[in-house]
Amino acid sequence: MASTEDISIIVEFTGGLEMLFSDERKHKLSVPAKDSKGEAITVGWLVEYLCEEVMKDTRKEMFVLDGHVRPGILVLINDADWELEGEATYTLQPNDNILFVSTLHGG
Amino acid sequence: MMDAATQTAEQLRQQITATEEQLQKLKEQLASVETQNEAPGIETPLNDLSVQHPVTPGKWPLSSEEYKRYGRQMIVPNIGIQGQLRLKAASVLIVGAGGLGCPAAAYLAGAGVGTIGIVDGDEVETSNLHRQILHSTSKVGMKKVDSAISYLKSLNPNLKYNAHTSHLTPENSESIVSQYDLVLDCTDHPTSRYLISDICVLLQKPLVSASALRTDGQLIVLNSPSLPPGNEAGGPCYRCVFPKPPPAESVVSCGDGGILGPVVGVMGVLQALEAIKLIAGGKLKAEGSGEGKTDASMLLFSANSNPPFRSLRLRSRRPKCFACSAAAGLSLESLASGSLDYLLFCGVNAPVSILGPEERVEAREYETIRKEKGAGHLLVDTREKVQFDICNIEGSINVPISTLQGNRALAAEGELPSWLPETLPPDSPIYVVCRLGNDSQVVTRKLKESGLDKNGRYIGDIKGGLKAWKQQVDSSWPEY
Ligand SMILES: [Zn+2]
Repeated sequence: MASTEDISIIVEFTGGLEMLFSDERKHKLSVPAKDSKGEAITVGWLVEYLCEEVMKDTRKEMFVLDGHVRPGILVLINDADWELEGEATYTLQPNDNILFVSTLHGG
Repeated sequence: MMDAATQTAEQLRQQITATEEQLQKLKEQLASVETQNEAPGIETPLNDLSVQHPVTPGKWPLSSEEYKRYGRQMIVPNIGIQGQLRLKAASVLIVGAGGLGCPAAAYLAGAGVGTIGIVDGDEVETSNLHRQILHSTSKVGMKKVDSAISYLKSLNPNLKYNAHTSHLTPENSESIVSQYDLVLDCTDHPTSRYLISDICVLLQKPLVSASALRTDGQLIVLNSPSLPPGNEAGGPCYRCVFPKPPPAESVVSCGDGGILGPVVGVMGVLQALEAIKLIAGGKLKAEGSGEGKTDASMLLFSANSNPPFRSLRLRSRRPKCFACSAAAGLSLESLASGSLDYLLFCGVNAPVSILGPEERVEAREYETIRKEKGAGHLLVDTREKVQFDICNIEGSINVPISTLQGNRALAAEGELPSWLPETLPPDSPIYVVCRLGNDSQVVTRKLKESGLDKNGRYIGDIKGGLKAWKQQVDSSWPEY
């Protein structure tokens, strides 16, 4: 049975990604602590949730491509590369800060 | 007439360059005369009683002019005389003489980096001048590299400057980059970023990479320490951080997205600072190994965030990296042979072509229609509001493409979108225009798909956008 408990996290977007999320860089979200199967939610779950519930823009492919965060976007968990933290399998903790950075190319 | 004007402009440019060179020589002469005057032995009468020393060549490692010039930075404990001598012995390659390269080069020249090379194939344009601070109005049309070096020579004539006046390519990259100790990536496209990272890995050069767009900047020091490929203690390369290039349609240039001068300036200045830290700290040559892995960090700058700087901890070398791992598929041979196609790897943003010829009109055709139909038609401008506010065609309405992509400006089935004037008759044609004629096609297609063309209404776009409008109809149109 799924828990009804919620956890608060902060999700931030930079490098132009904020345009896909109502032009807001910082989103304070309250998300269920467990997914529909009763498992603790992960960053992978969050990416899907952002795509389906938070993003209003139709260009989903600018955020997720072939089931993965699109190339050119870094995912940071509390300011550390998610590859140092187990990538999509990282279990979200209350008050975590998840930052999505799109690389810039201009100069 | 135009030809005569162009010729005159060209003559003036040459004259300016020649005069600037002459001025430069005069300044160098003056500097050398002044240096001689300062030498002991030609003291003023007040010091007549002091002991007179003959000039001993090689007694001091720097000239007296250099002690004065660099004194304020040499007395900073992190630099000292040793740091200054390291700067003098160092050579730095700056790839790109634009918004990043200009401030970076100015500070490196000011700091006394002995040899500075600059690579760029472009020429100075008026639209560069708000941020590319080494260029000036009189240098529009001149090679950026020559313009930059002429500024740097007047800033600091003691250094050696190398002009590389064509773009970096897989074929020329080895011969250029091998002449330097350290590389600054000041370019503006993923293709050059992957190429520069690859050659730096192959030639074991540390790389200071930066980028900027709108009000944001990013800085990352790569391949530092610059240990050979396969040594996990080396710093990660660009491919370790970004193994796959971003889709071409997600890459936004400064020309399209905009850029604030001080934002890109901050990032270029920070590149110079990282370079000075590496050089003066004696960290150019990677020494030792087996010290464990080295994580990289990325510095984010965002003019509107509080705090504006944020440091992120990135990964170390990727075990299967194409460039810097033991399993690397990259070699100097494969690079030089041209077997790596960076354009293909990163993809090209091809011009949009999704409309049939019957769905498009030339700008001059639209001008005729406009006169005939008057209020019986609608012109939709799909540029972002900030651009629409700069200039727009009289009577046009603004429906930015981003609002359509956000699905905010398309009405539910059977309803009309709120931006559509109620007074517009249901069969009146709609024309769509944008800056260059790409977005207008996307929007035309979207409007048709939403059913706005039922009732036999014509919907089409203006070929070539407002650029064509300027060329064919209104030469006064302000191009920004
Ligand atoms: Zn690598």
